[in-house]
Amino acid sequence: MRARVSLAVLLALLAALPAFAGSYALSVATLILYFAYTGQAWNVMMGFAGQLSLGHSLYVGVGGYAAGALFFHYGIGPWAGLWVALLLCVALGVVIGFLAFRFGISGVYFALLTIAFAEFTRIGFDHLDWLGGPGGMFLRVAQRDIWDLANFRGPPLMYYYAMLFLTAGAFALCYFLLRSRAGYYWQAIREDEEAAQALGINTFRWKMLAVAISSAMTAVSGVFFAFYYNNLFPEQIFHISRSIEIILGPVIGGVGTLFGPILGAAVLTLLSDGITEALAALGWEIPGIKQVFYGLVLLAVVMFLPNGIWPTIAKKLRL
Amino acid sequence: MSSSLQIRQLSKSFRGLKAVSSVSFEVPEHHIVGLIGPNGAGKTTIFNMVAGVYAPDAGEIVFDDKSIQGLHPHQVCTAGIGRTFQIVKPFAGLSVLDNVMVGALLRAKSSAEARKRSQDILAKLNLDSKASEPASSLTLPDRKRLEVARALATRPRLLLLDEVMAGLLPTECDQMVQVFRDINRAEGLTILLIEHVMRAVMALARGIVVLHHGEVVSRGTPEQVVRDPAVLECYLGEETEV
Amino acid sequence: MTWDLVVNVVIAGVLTGLVYGLMALGLSVIFGVVRVVNFAHGEMMTVAMYAATVLFAAFKLDPFLAVLPVAAAFFVFGYVMQAGLINPFITRPEHSQFMLMVAVAIIMVNALLMIFGPAAHNVQVDYQLESFELGKILLDKARLYAAAAAVLAAAALFAFFKFSLTGKAIRACADSYLGARVVGLNVKRLYALTFGLGAACVAVAGCAMVLLVDVTPPLGPYYTLLAFVIVIVGGLGSMTGALLGGVLIGVSEALAGLFIAPSAKSMFSFGLLILVLLLRPQGLLGRKQ
Repeated sequence: MRARVSLAVLLALLAALPAFAGSYALSVATLILYFAYTGQAWNVMMGFAGQLSLGHSLYVGVGGYAAGALFFHYGIGPWAGLWVALLLCVALGVVIGFLAFRFGISGVYFALLTIAFAEFTRIGFDHLDWLGGPGGMFLRVAQRDIWDLANFRGPPLMYYYAMLFLTAGAFALCYFLLRSRAGYYWQAIREDEEAAQALGINTFRWKMLAVAISSAMTAVSGVFFAFYYNNLFPEQIFHISRSIEIILGPVIGGVGTLFGPILGAAVLTLLSDGITEALAALGWEIPGIKQVFYGLVLLAVVMFLPNGIWPTIAKKLRL
Repeated sequence: MSSSLQIRQLSKSFRGLKAVSSVSFEVPEHHIVGLIGPNGAGKTTIFNMVAGVYAPDAGEIVFDDKSIQGLHPHQVCTAGIGRTFQIVKPFAGLSVLDNVMVGALLRAKSSAEARKRSQDILAKLNLDSKASEPASSLTLPDRKRLEVARALATRPRLLLLDEVMAGLLPTECDQMVQVFRDINRAEGLTILLIEHVMRAVMALARGIVVLHHGEVVSRGTPEQVVRDPAVLECYLGEETEV
Repeated sequence: MTWDLVVNVVIAGVLTGLVYGLMALGLSVIFGVVRVVNFAHGEMMTVAMYAATVLFAAFKLDPFLAVLPVAAAFFVFGYVMQAGLINPFITRPEHSQFMLMVAVAIIMVNALLMIFGPAAHNVQVDYQLESFELGKILLDKARLYAAAAAVLAAAALFAFFKFSLTGKAIRACADSYLGARVVGLNVKRLYALTFGLGAACVAVAGCAMVLLVDVTPPLGPYYTLLAFVIVIVGGLGSMTGALLGGVLIGVSEALAGLFIAPSAKSMFSFGLLILVLLLRPQGLLGRKQ
């Protein structure tokens, strides 16, 4: 009961945020929600089905480029582009999943496989001139004042609510998934795949489902990214640093939990922004300092709170 | 008397070593049959072939008049065969109830139905008081019971028990024996069990198959097998608990 | 495109590949024995390269001489890291351990960025511009010396594992953690020793590599991935496999750079990794697990 009330309060606060937050705070909040959503998408593969993907930037990139390219070359709006992005990313995820599961690749080898695919794609896209090559693809931005939902253009407020909607939706989706047969089966597979099979679970099929859902959700992140930032570079979007950024939220917040990715994203973004601001105020604007901070937080969490921050906090707050 | 499980000329080699050599036996429906023999005789290999973990090199496995050799483990379970593992494999991060629910969801039409069935099974195995505990906190005997409960939740018609009594005290063993006797009598569950604990085998089994070096060396009722000189010979020097 | 050019490119690839091989050897030892997925391996290599540049800038110390202090420092660092940081993680789930090294890698690479900035650093020694001529074949002196150093270090490591008692003890740990403890080996100390050795390999490889390429912080993750590609292609648990894999990757990178485009060379390595993972996960010379 406490949990539901707290959740409702949080949602209300987030919905009302733009009323009392400045434009900078709003952009930070949008970023937090972006990482919360994408982290939640990754969490479906790792936290639910136990498959460690370190190449999730692949889906963000493919999703973003798919919708972006359609808009750039043919003027096709993001809503139609979204379907193409979803299709491509799910297909990719299914291929990777199929290759991995059929050939019995798991654990660190699976992680390396996902990295290899992302890197391969990164370098490949650098050589695709139709997509802009290494110089990048730039989507034209009409104006930032009017709400143009058809082309997903508008003020920062629109993007904030879009991301809030996505994050809340992801949370709801995962909540219902966890309580369904899928949730039980995924957790069983994660704990002990052999035992799961002995109970009649077609582990291959269920793992593929997790991969498909995860990659589909991440495709949406990519489309959002493309139309929010309006520029796409292979070096940037497919880079392994992006993949690591995606997992930081869930790992710090709590892999496999519902609220972990959201909490982790919030903690990470707020603290890192705070530190960057503080250091800038002191005159220390050194490239790399934010990432060192990320690394230290990750190190601390992995060493001392291996299940993430959320389980500890949830227990303290008795949620 | 119809057969639940028929094993015909089953063979399996691992890298040249013949683990199971042309083994044939039957498990009649509603019976409890014991599969015994010294370590390395090939008992678990046979289990693993029935359960679909390995495909046999040769031979047939027929369950309920349907050929099942070569099926995947999950298909074998869906066909009606449940199994436990020699070294128990609980879903450590889940609660006891959730462990059993994973099994129950196979046949249940809803989560509610699965939950009801799981609670009933836990009660039968004296685990209902621990339903919300994490499986990782259970003692070994309780983990063994959980393993059995989970397999039972899939509504099997044949249950494969792999050394379920190992590590249990005599009183715990007797309790387990009673549970199996009750289920066999009440629901007609056919059971094939691998056991070293002779106390349990003698108490439960209606028929025994003795395996040694991958071959059947004797079969019959417990009384017959215990007196068979071939059996005594293969156990000479081995420790048995009676 | 003359035949001589191709031959020279292949030879250069082999020589560079031997240095890659030494780097991968360090990972093979660490991954193969301690089972730690050292995601900071390439970053460690990069640190070694920077160390060599610093020593050169400060003392005009030739990288091959810098090997001694750098390798010693790395040995200690590796030992301490395993003993202090990683050992408690042996019993933890795999992804936990993985994340630990990812964190270390992030800290390393960005600390380098903070200290040295994004611009390239290098050493400038006379013999980098000289080469031996064998007919039409040109052997860059620097590359030849680097490869020689790599082979020497690898040989020393081989000898250690084959002939010394400690080496055999470490191999025992690799085969069976529990068994090793049962016979009384201090496995944790041996793990730390192994990590130290692996780190020392990386140090030597780094000092050699700095003669061949300029160092920038992004090399860290690149070398990490490369090391994993080599170890997996060459075969986990096989030291010869690591060297062979290194040479293979060195040559294929060189040829890809020549025939396709320099920027596409690593694409080939990743494609190879995918193929090997799918078709022959034990690698060319590895043991099937």
